[in-house]
Amino acid sequence: MSKLHIMAAGTALALLAAGTTAQAGATLDSVKQKGHVQCGVSTGIPGFSSADDKGNWTGIDVDVCRAVAAAVLGDANAVKYTPLTAKERLTALQSGEIDMLSRNTTWTATRDTSLGINFTGVNYYDGQGFLVSKNLGVKSALELNGASVCIQSGTTTELNLSDYFRAKKMEFQPVVFDTSDQTIKGFEAGRCDVLTSDQSQLYALRIKLADPNSAMVLPEVISKEPLGPVVRQGDDQWFNVVKWTLFAMVNAEELGITAANVDEMKAGTDPNVKRMLGTEGDIGVGMGLGNDWAYNIVKQVGNYGEMFERNVGKGSPLGIERGLNALWTNGGLQYAPPIR
Amino acid sequence: MAADPREDDLPSKPPVWNDPRIRALVFQIAIVIAVSAFGYYLFDNTLTNLEKRGITTGFGFLDSQASFGIIQTLVEYSETSTYGRTFIVGLLNTLLVSGLGIVLATLLGFIIGIARLSSNWLIAKLAAAYVEIFRNIPLLLQIFFWYFAVLRALPSPRQSHDLGGVVFLNLRGLYLPRPLFEPGFGFVFAALVAAIAGSILITRWASRRQEATGQQFHTIYTAIGLILGLPLLTFLALGAPLAWELPELRGFNFQGGIPVIPELSALLVALSIYTAAFIAEIVRAGILAVSRGQTEAAHALGLRPGLTLRLVIIPQAMRVIIPPLTSQYLNLTKNSSLATAIGYPDLVSVFAGTTLNQTGQAVEVIAMTMGVYLTISLVISLLMNWYNKRKTLVER
Repeated sequence: MSKLHIMAAGTALALLAAGTTAQAGATLDSVKQKGHVQCGVSTGIPGFSSADDKGNWTGIDVDVCRAVAAAVLGDANAVKYTPLTAKERLTALQSGEIDMLSRNTTWTATRDTSLGINFTGVNYYDGQGFLVSKNLGVKSALELNGASVCIQSGTTTELNLSDYFRAKKMEFQPVVFDTSDQTIKGFEAGRCDVLTSDQSQLYALRIKLADPNSAMVLPEVISKEPLGPVVRQGDDQWFNVVKWTLFAMVNAEELGITAANVDEMKAGTDPNVKRMLGTEGDIGVGMGLGNDWAYNIVKQVGNYGEMFERNVGKGSPLGIERGLNALWTNGGLQYAPPIR
Repeated sequence: MAADPREDDLPSKPPVWNDPRIRALVFQIAIVIAVSAFGYYLFDNTLTNLEKRGITTGFGFLDSQASFGIIQTLVEYSETSTYGRTFIVGLLNTLLVSGLGIVLATLLGFIIGIARLSSNWLIAKLAAAYVEIFRNIPLLLQIFFWYFAVLRALPSPRQSHDLGGVVFLNLRGLYLPRPLFEPGFGFVFAALVAAIAGSILITRWASRRQEATGQQFHTIYTAIGLILGLPLLTFLALGAPLAWELPELRGFNFQGGIPVIPELSALLVALSIYTAAFIAEIVRAGILAVSRGQTEAAHALGLRPGLTLRLVIIPQAMRVIIPPLTSQYLNLTKNSSLATAIGYPDLVSVFAGTTLNQTGQAVEVIAMTMGVYLTISLVISLLMNWYNKRKTLVER
């Protein structure tokens, strides 16, 4: 009996050890070899990453995974998704369970420098806000002294919240839940006066309420939340692939290339467009990809603006304005280094 | 020609590798070495890999500032406290819910277990229904049920149920008045301690007298009178040195008083009711294990049913009950980690949740958390084994 236990424990530990020894190494090669990108996403945030009743994933974070698959494998559908809670996500990436994490993860100094991971860019500029019930009669976050606040554990929002209340000399009671679904349920049941999260998520959670019009998002934004895809540290080639996939989408919007006109543009004469779509130069090959990498991204997933409007913007139930996420030429922050 | 023919007749001594005792020893040493080497390999492998990936290791993070809030803290805690402090806060919250849960589950379990053996048909069937329902529904669902069902039934803070303007009940919890001790209240405590000590002495004296003379003494009434009366008299004699801080509605919520958050109540109710169903079955098994002859003998001696149960059946049943009861206590403590699902700030939620995520020190934090549960469980086992030893049959 005890020998059996030792053997069982040994097997479990061996699996654990195997998990940690699996060397990150050349992620690009392993992705090409297995034929799909293993992408970590959320357990369900409308507009960012959520699965429909047929198991199809959509959202702005999902589209980043699809774009990487299109660039590397030429097929945007060659993605397998791993739904992760906020608590699990970084460990899943560190341990090599996923190739990349695209799960509205805030880029912070601690995460970037001490956890063995690298942020590749920003696919959504966000900020933390507050959702309150309309019948509370609150118009500003400054009126929230003494409030109970529902919050999801394992997020940067917990720190921002207590920093904000401390700075304003106000008191609050945090009610911490494990998933965003439980958080919104707690809010709906009236356990707390306020729900706090990234503003984009507040809009997404609001449409999950039985009566979305009973709640409103307060105007204050209390933090900077640059959200972006993350990869393991120490594999520069893969880091470049993910980083430039994002840049390619932004550049495509800037150059006016869309999924609909990409073939037409490819036949055109603009040298910037030709370099990007691979009819001139060897930029894709230098990254370890085909020269049609950016063509595949735009053709199969679209440019940044298309991705935004389809998932969270005008074309979606969320209806979020471009705001900070507009191109730099339109007064926003989305800016990509040139492809040349 | 052999010098001593007897030497040939003796069975030859087996070679060392065939000696069962030595062989057993060698195997045991080999297994210990193999297990230790494997453990060291895992440890070393983890450290090497963490270093290779540029992940910071060590326990230094326990001294850095936590900067996040916790809703229920039994010790002083603020956002400026350290991560080490969050560990203590989480640990105490876990101990609070497990301790209260063990007491409640034991009381409820014993009542239900005995009720199931009642000769009253209705009581017995009700107890049986209780056991079958609650031990067959997953605990997590029960926790959700109590949390969301209870929560939805309660009013918002502005429409609180109140009890004489002193106790308030709403969605945010149960608010009790907080006693404020004024100077001189120490004497009341001293009187209480003296009364308890006096009651113990009287009980001992009474049982000695009963053994010697057979005369009984109303120990219970005397003890109740002493424990209630003496502190009360002292309290009044000193001019009632006690004030109350009442909870009052300020802004969104009640401030002041002692708040009992609904997460604690829901978790406590779910854990107690679930575990009590198992304890009831253990108690029933223990009582049934005592032979029917014991009851008949006690009745023949003229003991009433209540006394029979208390003096004859339960003491013998305890021997059967204690070992499986220990397992239930351990289960309850470990199950309390489901708290994280409804936002009760226990060790897993606060330390293995938020702290783990803010610092990213997964290996260290999880190791510490596992160490805590292991220690709590071992301590409970130790106490229960000691109690078990006291209760085992002493053969004369």
